[in-house]
Amino acid sequence: MSPDLTQVFWPFSAAAILLFVMGTYYVLVTFNLIRALIGVEILIKGATLLIILAGYVTGNTGLTQALVITLIVIEVVIMVVAGGVILCVYRNNKSIDVRELRSLKG
Amino acid sequence: MAINFILVVALLLAALWTVMTARLIRSAFGLALTSAVLAILLFRLDSPMAAVFELSVCAGLIPVIFVTTISLTHRLSQDAFQIRQKERWGKYWYLLVIVVLVGVLLSRRALLPDVPLPVVTHPTDVRIVMWNMHHVDLLGQVAVILAGVFGVVILFKEVKK
Repeated sequence: MSPDLTQVFWPFSAAAILLFVMGTYYVLVTFNLIRALIGVEILIKGATLLIILAGYVTGNTGLTQALVITLIVIEVVIMVVAGGVILCVYRNNKSIDVRELRSLKG
Repeated sequence: MAINFILVVALLLAALWTVMTARLIRSAFGLALTSAVLAILLFRLDSPMAAVFELSVCAGLIPVIFVTTISLTHRLSQDAFQIRQKERWGKYWYLLVIVVLVGVLLSRRALLPDVPLPVVTHPTDVRIVMWNMHHVDLLGQVAVILAGVFGVVILFKEVKK
């Protein structure tokens, strides 16, 4: 890897890892379903940054952009459907706190 | 290079604000801000199409979905809000320590396997890659969007009583 690419690679990959850590922390620490979904979003941001960075370093930006566009489409559908599921949970339980979701038991 | 560094710091600050802010609606707006900064970074990494998708979809559409979902649910009570504020600072602090330790270990070259990777070159134009080489992906995307539409229709349907 050339020195120029190295200068780009390390800060960006560190940022992607930190985004991943923040997303994991948010998913683990919260009991709110919407917050957990936002945590998953932050995890996906880290993955997006890492994929694009890999394409930039290897010179395959076309391929990685195609992958990221597919990723974004899937991400949007997941968020919409998960939002709908959360609303259904709220309608049935009057809460989106995972500790209060008792109706899922056996 | 300095601009990239500033943008990376801005991205991390926006993500940190998203994670640490107490109110859910601010968290959704923080996510939009994170996506917007990420879009600028993607543009600077020679990926303009991905940046446009990130900006329009992730910074535009997804926060709207979150705000809609938040507005259809109720806010935390003041007591629950206070408890949450106290609880979350102490939890999982060791996660960052684990990441730093793993990073230090992996940065030692002796631990990294020297795998010779084949050199693969694709066209740099995303349109050629998507339409000529990965057209099955497009079919998959259409199927996923249709599945999402059906999911939304079923989930948001009002139940007749």
